Amino acid sequence: MSAVSAISTVRLRRPARPPLRRTVGVGLVFGVVAVYIAVVGILPLIDARWIIVNVVSLGDAALIAIGMGAGAVVASRRSTSDFRTLAASCLLSGAIAGGLLALLAVAMRVLDLRPIFIALSPALFKTLTFGLGLPLGGVVLVVGGALLALLGGALTLAPIGIRKPVFIGLACVVIFGVFQELIQIMMQYGALIGALREALYSWEGLSPLGALAIFVVSCGGALVWANLLREPVNRGFARLSPTQQGRFKTARIAVFVLILAILPVVAGSYIGQVMMLVGLYILMGMGLNLEVGLAGLLDLGFVAFFAVGAYATAILTADSPYALASYTSFPSLSYWAAMPIAVIASIIVGVLFGVPVLGVRGDYLAVATMGLGEIVRVVVQSDMAAPILGGAQGILQIPKPRIGGFELADPVDLFYLTLVASAFAAYCAWRLENSRLGRAWMAVRDDEDVAQALGINLVKVKLLAYGLGAAFAGLAGSIFAVMLTSIYPSSFQLLISINVLALIIVGGMGSLPGVVVGATVLVGLPELLREFGEFRFLFYGAALIIMMRVKPEGLWPSAVRRRELRAAAEESDIDASQEASIFAAPPSPAAQPTAQ
Amino acid sequence: MSDVAQNRAFLSKLSSFSRFTLVDVVLWGLRIGVVAVIAGGTIGTLVKGRYGAAQWVEFLVFGVTIGSVYALVALGYTMVYGVLRLINFAHGDIMMTGAFSGYFLASHFAETGFLDRSPILAILGVLAVAVATSTIIAVLTERLAYRPFRHVRGLAPLICAIGVSFFLEQTFRGAFGSGIRAYPDPKWQKDVIPILGFGIPVVEAVVVATALVSMVILYLIVQRTRMGTAMRAVSEDADAAALMGIDVNKVVVFTFALGGAMAGVAGVCYAFVFKQVYFFMGFTPGIKAFGAAVLGGIGSVPGAMLGGLFLGVVESIGPALFLDGIGITAPYQLRDLIAFTLLIMVLIFRPYGIMGERMAKKRA
Repeated sequence: MSAVSAISTVRLRRPARPPLRRTVGVGLVFGVVAVYIAVVGILPLIDARWIIVNVVSLGDAALIAIGMGAGAVVASRRSTSDFRTLAASCLLSGAIAGGLLALLAVAMRVLDLRPIFIALSPALFKTLTFGLGLPLGGVVLVVGGALLALLGGALTLAPIGIRKPVFIGLACVVIFGVFQELIQIMMQYGALIGALREALYSWEGLSPLGALAIFVVSCGGALVWANLLREPVNRGFARLSPTQQGRFKTARIAVFVLILAILPVVAGSYIGQVMMLVGLYILMGMGLNLEVGLAGLLDLGFVAFFAVGAYATAILTADSPYALASYTSFPSLSYWAAMPIAVIASIIVGVLFGVPVLGVRGDYLAVATMGLGEIVRVVVQSDMAAPILGGAQGILQIPKPRIGGFELADPVDLFYLTLVASAFAAYCAWRLENSRLGRAWMAVRDDEDVAQALGINLVKVKLLAYGLGAAFAGLAGSIFAVMLTSIYPSSFQLLISINVLALIIVGGMGSLPGVVVGATVLVGLPELLREFGEFRFLFYGAALIIMMRVKPEGLWPSAVRRRELRAAAEESDIDASQEASIFAAPPSPAAQPTAQ
Repeated sequence: MSDVAQNRAFLSKLSSFSRFTLVDVVLWGLRIGVVAVIAGGTIGTLVKGRYGAAQWVEFLVFGVTIGSVYALVALGYTMVYGVLRLINFAHGDIMMTGAFSGYFLASHFAETGFLDRSPILAILGVLAVAVATSTIIAVLTERLAYRPFRHVRGLAPLICAIGVSFFLEQTFRGAFGSGIRAYPDPKWQKDVIPILGFGIPVVEAVVVATALVSMVILYLIVQRTRMGTAMRAVSEDADAAALMGIDVNKVVVFTFALGGAMAGVAGVCYAFVFKQVYFFMGFTPGIKAFGAAVLGGIGSVPGAMLGGLFLGVVESIGPALFLDGIGITAPYQLRDLIAFTLLIMVLIFRPYGIMGERMAKKRA
């Protein structure tokens, strides 16, 4: 019943647009996206990375995806099953999308846009027109766009048994092509694997034959899994007793941690460095998750706690004139003694930070905490605090941590430190989430007044959220300080707070696995695809908007959130049906009482 | 876990022991501290007598100049908040888009010498381009990013607005480069107008005049036109306004357009004063202008104007008057500190602002 009413409201609210206009609209949207990535400079940048050497670059892949996407959207929103109309509308939308790019190329040729738009270089012009010059290249864009859209539409309408393996195959080719450096490094152990690597890759990247092989293998694998293996495996799993299933889950987590522990050894120190950064963001993400995800306190000054952890570690351990040991009788501590002090300092700052904003709610809280965070940065950067904190020049010469005679100097060593810290923090966060305090936080998040009426001490609960969230950030800051061995106030920008916020939103607010997923996607990927580094924040901004619109619960929502969403969906269905009945009532006075 | 648990136990003991005093002590400490800094600093500075009258006038004029720019930006925040109850976090960046687009025309005018030959026409042209760009971008952000959240409560709209802010900044960074671009600096802007024995730079006079004219126009639009009346009605009670036959959608678009236009003017003025444009320039003035809007009582148009001017003056005079007196080195680095402290103090102690109480009384 609810599904029927939902459909009827949609029709009521949005009168079906004529198919032609809709097709043109889809084409225009995809064309604008293509022009946007060209103008902003993403296209020229990613064009430098090959997926298949000398055949397809990542930039080409992006354009291909846009063309096929236009067709896919048209096909999935079809109003008719007539093949000819459908094919024609796919062709039209793709042609429009390609046409906009062709128009950009024409504009680049006719007008001198380079002094204003720095990305519109002659190289981009060459890419856009495939080196064919203008009339011909433009025609290729339009025709190619149309054909790709047709292909995309056809794929969308293909039965799932074909569509899914093809997608998986393509995705595998893209992954193996884009991350070729990394995969090649990992494949240098053993003669057999080495031979496989030689077969798949040339020096610069994936060879066409290798790409074909990967496509066939992954596509075939997906087909075999879907048709032969999935059913028996699922049945077998269902037959296990709950304790066995639980053990299975534990084993999965153990394997995951084991892979994480081995990966940097296998894949080299660069990946170790990236994973260490991801680990730091996971730590911070778990801290902010306590504040935002569980307690609903949107904190944009989170970076302040990170800074406190880093500066406390630096002051206590550094071999510099700003260290406490150099101008007081306080002894210079080892890292292991300084870290707990740094965490406690962050907790204290967190609580002090929380006290003034206890009564501030919602949007105002976000701005107030951002102001506090900025105040911390301005003070640290100023000459006023320079005698203690080093001012803009920062504090240098922070020693690396030592275990006995062994110095954790390598990024991979520090990665293990981060891994241990993250695992410990994850355990704490998990226990907190399921504790009385965690439930109190969630109650405060959902409705402060009701929570207070239920006897929850708001002051205590909120201050604990700030303090414990700050503890995680302080731990991350402490590791950050020894990672860089020198810290500057410019490392503690508001951008970090936004970064952490973005990752818990992408992962799913209030969800621990979500933090890991979010940090991997938002911090790890841009590090690995170094070209993207420059556009990381564009990516974050877009991710925030798109996630809020499309999937506000995140990529890996928490169990509680999933339940809430399901309940909310049912509720909104009821609302929608009521609304529909009101709107559906004819506006004559005689009919109104029946509608109410 | 041990230190966390310890701290937890400690805190719970502390808060059950004297729950209200802990918070109150901190809040009162904050109040007294700020008052002490202001009073002590003022006395200290006046006793030292390091600054002459000319310098104070210079600070004041600069404060009024920058304050009128804040006021223009704050108007956008306050109007959008009044209509939608949304903090348009990206509003500072909309100001940046205006400054940037104006920059391209201004530098073209500077190259051709038009900026020196007929400055008024040139400024009007730059303003027109900036206003057009900012208005279009403001309306587009409303349509694409904010409209789907019209009836969503909670954190989602604000988070989306933060996303829009980043998206705009990074789009401009990608398209126009990350470097700081120097705004044209024609000779006539450096002249000084003598008034009552004090010299006032022409740029500042131009900025204040432009801002004043724009604010008067805005005030007339809000108070006198049909659309302005509809806007005030919606911000008073959106549902009742809809029942009276007002097209709320149209009003929201109009509000964003008006706010965007003011941000465009503000962007050009800001660039005139600071002589540079870059992609991140909108962020700090945006936050400060939000503070000004809250200070004036969010939702109130005259409040935003007053709040902006007040913030500008305090920020300009503050480092010399309050901080120099208590012997802080390089007080001018702490200008932002004063603005942010003011913002936080307002949010904590007087979230309804200066004009807010009167408005609340009027409505009740």
